[in-house]
Amino acid sequence: MKKPSKQKTKKSKKIPVGIIGTGNIGTDLLLKIGRSKVLECKMFAGVRADSEGIKRAIEMGIPTSIESIEVFKKNKGLVDIVFDATSASAHKIHAPILKKLGIFTIDLTPAKIGRMCVPQINLQSCMNIDNVNMITCGGQATIPIIAEILKVHPKTKYVEVVSSISSKSAGMATRDNIDEYTQTTAESIREFSGIKSAKAIIILNPAEPPILMNNTIYALIEKPDLKKLKQGINRVVSEIKKYVPGYEIILGPIHENNRLVVMMRVRGRGDFLPEYAGNLDIINAAAIVTAEEYAKKKLRH
Amino acid sequence: MKNKEILIIDSTLRDGSHAVHHQLTVKQVADYSMAAEKTGIKILVVGHGNGLGASSLHLGQSAVGDTEMLTTAKKYLKSTKLSAFLIPGFGTIKDNLKPALDAGITALMVASHCTEANVTRQHIEFAVKNNLETYGILMMSHMISASELLTQAKLMESYGVNGVILMDSAGAYLTSDVRRKISTLVSGLKIGVGFHAHNNLGLAIANSVTAVENGATILDTTSRGFGAGAGNCQMEVVVAVLEKMGYQTNLDLYRLMDISEEIVSHFMTHSQEINKMTLSSGLAGVFSGFAPHAQKAAEKYGVDVRDIFMELGKRSIVAGQEDAIIDVAMNLKQKKSSSEENFQIESLT
Repeated sequence: MKKPSKQKTKKSKKIPVGIIGTGNIGTDLLLKIGRSKVLECKMFAGVRADSEGIKRAIEMGIPTSIESIEVFKKNKGLVDIVFDATSASAHKIHAPILKKLGIFTIDLTPAKIGRMCVPQINLQSCMNIDNVNMITCGGQATIPIIAEILKVHPKTKYVEVVSSISSKSAGMATRDNIDEYTQTTAESIREFSGIKSAKAIIILNPAEPPILMNNTIYALIEKPDLKKLKQGINRVVSEIKKYVPGYEIILGPIHENNRLVVMMRVRGRGDFLPEYAGNLDIINAAAIVTAEEYAKKKLRH
Repeated sequence: MKNKEILIIDSTLRDGSHAVHHQLTVKQVADYSMAAEKTGIKILVVGHGNGLGASSLHLGQSAVGDTEMLTTAKKYLKSTKLSAFLIPGFGTIKDNLKPALDAGITALMVASHCTEANVTRQHIEFAVKNNLETYGILMMSHMISASELLTQAKLMESYGVNGVILMDSAGAYLTSDVRRKISTLVSGLKIGVGFHAHNNLGLAIANSVTAVENGATILDTTSRGFGAGAGNCQMEVVVAVLEKMGYQTNLDLYRLMDISEEIVSHFMTHSQEINKMTLSSGLAGVFSGFAPHAQKAAEKYGVDVRDIFMELGKRSIVAGQEDAIIDVAMNLKQKKSSSEENFQIESLT
C-alpha cells in the first residue's frame, strides 16, 4: 500500500476513514467523502484488482488494497471509521474484527448487526456505539415518513412500502442479498415506527432510460387528517433534504380506496452512478452524515 | 418427440386469484384441490396471484392468507404436488418460504422479470436444498430477445431448477415469437422448457401448442383459462388439442372438462373475455394483472383505459409497479384539464 506523508496527516483537520467494498456503493462513498470537510479516505479496500472502483481510487490518489478487511488488521490506527459496503454475509465476518480494532463501523449491508440508523430520526443515539447499520435504501427513504404518519395516526395497524429502483443501479451485492434486503426493510419499519405489521416490496425495473428511485407508502387509515399529515411530512422532507438534496414527494398524501398513499422520488447527486441511482445516493448520504457527526464530535475533543 | 409426456402445471388457484381480486375462499381452494387430485394433475400451484408475501395494499390483499390456502389444498393432495409461487422482492425466506414449507409444499415456482434472473438465486437454491421440485419463471418475456432470454434462463439453470418457463404475462406473443424463443431455449438448455400463455390476443392455445411443437415439455395453464386479464391457456382445451395431435399428458380429459364446468365456472365473478381493456393491454405489452387497477383508475380520473395501457407500455412498466397506474391516470387527466388554472393533485382526492 501507498503510505500518505505524516506531515499531511498532522496538518489535516479531517478524520481518517476507510471503505471496504469497491462496487457501486463503495465507489460512490469514496466520491462523497472527497467533498467532506471532516472526512478523509485513507484506505479503499476490496478484493478485485480490476474493479472500476479501484481504478477510480488510484486516479484520485487514494491508497488502495485488495486485501479487504486484512489491510485494516495489518495497519492498526490507520483509520477511525470504516464503511462496510460488501455484503451481509461478509459483514458478519468483518463486524467483530472491526469492533476489536476499536473502529467506528458504518455498515451499508443488510446484515443488521449494529444499531439501525436513520439520521433524521436517531443520529445522536448512534454516536456512542461501535457498529451502526444503515438499513436499506428503501428503509432510509420511507422510515422518516412512516414514523411521521404514526405520530399523526398512532393507531395505524398496517403499513407497506414499495421501492422501485432501476436495474442498472442494483449491483451484484443487492441482487445476492435481495432476501435480506426485503426482510430488513420490513423489520426496520416495524422497529422505528412501532407499528405491528409492515411489509416491504422491492421491484427492479429494467426500463430504459433508467427510472429514478421511486417509493410508495401505503397505510391503512380510515379517516386520515390530510392537512396535519401534509404539514408533518413537509417538515420531515425538509430535514431529509439537508443530506439528500434530491429527495421529494411526488404524490400525496392522498386518500384513495381506504388507503393513505404517499409517493416519493429520490434523484441521486450523480457521483458515481448517474442521477437515476437515488437508492445508492440516499443510503450513502445517510452513511456520510452519520460519519461526519462522529468525526465532528471527535475533532472537538 | 411425441412420446414425451407434456407436463401440465395447474395454476388455476394462483393465476385465477387475479381474476377475483385475490378473493378465493377456503372452500373454493378445498373443492378445486380435491377435484384436481383426481384428474392426475402433477403440480398444483396455490396462492395469491403474485405469489408468497404478495398480499398487499399495493396489489390487493388476499381473502385467505398464503399459509391457510396452502394447508387447505394440502389436505386433499396425495399424488399431486403442492406448489407455491414466489417473486423475490415480495416474499422472503423467513416470513414466507419457510412457513410454506411447513404447510407442505413439495414444489416451487420462482419468478422474476425476464431481465433479472440473478435475483432468484437465493430462493431457488433454498428450494433445491429443501428438495422442492423447482421451476424458474421469466415474466414479461415478450420484452427481450431469444438470445437474451437464453442468458437469463441459463442463470436459473445454474441455480438448480428443474425447468424454465417463459411467461407471456402481457399476452403479447405472436406464434412466431413463441417459435423463435422456445426453440432457442430448448437448444441451449439441458433442462425442461415451458410456456405460460395469456389470451389477450386470442392466441393462448395456439401459442402453447406452438411451444410444444418447438420442443417445450411444460405448459403452465389454468382450468377454464381462469386468470389475469383475458385469461390463461385453457387447460382442458389445450389437453384436448394435444391429445388430438398425439401428444401425451396422462390427464383425465373428461374430469378436466367437468371441473371447469362444475367448479371453476362458479369461481368466476365476471365473464372472462377479450374486451377493449385486455386487447389493448396485449397490444401495448402491459402485464394482464394491471387490468382491474387500470379500469378503476380510468373510472376515477375520467380517462380512457386504452390510453392508460398505451402510456404504461411506453414507460415499460413491469409487474409490481401498480402504483404507476395512478400516476399515469393522473397525468392523463392533468393533460386533459391543463386549461383549468387551479388544478391541483389534492383536488382529485
